[in-house]
Amino acid sequence: MPLNIIVCIKQVPDPEHFDQITIDPKTGLIHRIGIPSITNPLDRHAIEEALRIKEAFGGIVTVLTMGPSQARKSIEEALAMGADRGAILCDQVFAGADTLLTAYVLSNGIRAIGNFDLILCGSETTDGGTGQVPPQLAEFLDIPHVTHARKIVLIDTKRVIVERTVENGYLKIELKLPALIAVLKSINQYRLPTVMGIMEATKKEIIEFGGSICQSSGMEKEYIGSLESPTKVIEIFEPLQRRSVEMIGGLPKEATRKLIKRLRDLEVLSR
Amino acid sequence: MDKVIVVAEQRERQLTEVSLELLSKATELALILNGTASAILIGNQCRNLANELIAYGASKVFWVDHPHLEIYQSDVYAKITAGILAEMSPEIVLIGGTSIGIDLASRVAAKLKTGLTAHCIDLYIEKIDGKEQLIHIVPGWGGKMMVKIICPDHRPQMATIRPGMMEKAKPDPSRIGSIISIHPDITEYDFRAKTIEMVKEKKEGKPLEDAEIIVSGGFGLYSAGGFGLIRQLATAFHGEVAGTRPACDQGWIPENRMIGQSGKMVRPKLFVSIGASGTVHYTTGFLKSRVIVGIDKNPSAPIFHVADFGIIGDLKKIIPCLIEELKQ
Repeated sequence: MPLNIIVCIKQVPDPEHFDQITIDPKTGLIHRIGIPSITNPLDRHAIEEALRIKEAFGGIVTVLTMGPSQARKSIEEALAMGADRGAILCDQVFAGADTLLTAYVLSNGIRAIGNFDLILCGSETTDGGTGQVPPQLAEFLDIPHVTHARKIVLIDTKRVIVERTVENGYLKIELKLPALIAVLKSINQYRLPTVMGIMEATKKEIIEFGGSICQSSGMEKEYIGSLESPTKVIEIFEPLQRRSVEMIGGLPKEATRKLIKRLRDLEVLSR
Repeated sequence: MDKVIVVAEQRERQLTEVSLELLSKATELALILNGTASAILIGNQCRNLANELIAYGASKVFWVDHPHLEIYQSDVYAKITAGILAEMSPEIVLIGGTSIGIDLASRVAAKLKTGLTAHCIDLYIEKIDGKEQLIHIVPGWGGKMMVKIICPDHRPQMATIRPGMMEKAKPDPSRIGSIISIHPDITEYDFRAKTIEMVKEKKEGKPLEDAEIIVSGGFGLYSAGGFGLIRQLATAFHGEVAGTRPACDQGWIPENRMIGQSGKMVRPKLFVSIGASGTVHYTTGFLKSRVIVGIDKNPSAPIFHVADFGIIGDLKKIIPCLIEELKQ
């Protein structure tokens, strides 16, 4: 009983380089030239989980992304890992989409791709870090969802049972298929593309969708009517994070003694 | 008028702290909008929690009580919450940014087709083009930037806020409010996602959000012989152990002990950071601490920009001295 899976992924700026981000004083916009892009780390775990399910049950794994044309690189990487085909939603009108609009556009892409039993994605991205897209996408597709998934316990043609992390433990959740699962890092260790995989990836299909996808999929009526994000960014600024530091010098013994005394004087430490 | 509604969260018939923290923010915002703050409470046999919400500032509690709603059920909780919000049409909805709160808020916002922001560190009201708008201040790019966001044309304006970001008000048990019991129409279809079990796992130490003193270590401990020293130091401080993302990646601390934009946001009385250079996504996690101490071997480490006290030097020597000093 094969399962068809669509994995939603996102290309993000590498968080290791966030310290280099600046604001363009003229435009007030983020200046991030020179910052490399990577596939959102949790999304790689989602791809891996999809491949493992495919290896056990058969089916087709499709990788979908919304982004600028260079996001194709993330799709190619997923194909090299072993996904069967890719799809990219690429249009100027999608630029700057908030989570609601992103989820809406992705849902249109998924409807255009067609039959699926399972949607997989990372529980959050390293750039926005909202974690909002997965449940919103499930809502637009009218399917059940689970986020923070750390383990798939059982899966068959009708249902899937998932362990979902919460602050003090986990919830065991049963979902009727089709369903959406957003995964955490702890769900698996992902494979790296092999040379063979990279070569085979070049033969695989990547479907391209433009903005018109949202008219042709017949979902227009379910949404607010226009491709507009409800939230707007009105300003970006660098936070004032500075405190005036009092450096305590001297040999370790001397310095630590002074520090502890200062902390006790301030009553953050009891005597 | 219920201008601001807090979606409260209960676990095992106890309100989460963040629900109460948000009520104090909600009453403050409602006052500016000439309205009141209310709360939504979903659970099983939890009427006493409705009274608690009133004591913390809710003028009304929309109380949904059902045996099948004892634990979080993503599909049906979202349906009920969105239903109440659609009927009450508040200006603002605040939800605690717990792993469950974010999940719920997202699906509810999609049902209402309105804007939602995540992890707000500040919220205030400003008149823009003659209309009162909620300004959401949200950290972006790991906290390197702050982003001002509005939701100009859609209502409600929804936001999630991490635990520990807002200050809880003092409860007033004599406050009077009304409890409105709501009987939801629940069918089998609403349980397409069904939580069948809740399993508690024992975690090391107490929750970081409740700690008065936190000792946090970074990758710099690698050359200083590992994380054992940090644990000893935390014990000497009578504090809790935490760490940076690299410390977590090394397996020195579990993920629930990681400080930063993608980890825990804390505001203890004393935060001691050791062997961490101080990248923004880390420092964002403890900026609101009362006193911050930074200790690192690198004199130009950015940690010293956010610390109140700094010591530069060899961690292998400094930590034992600190432990010794604390014992006296």
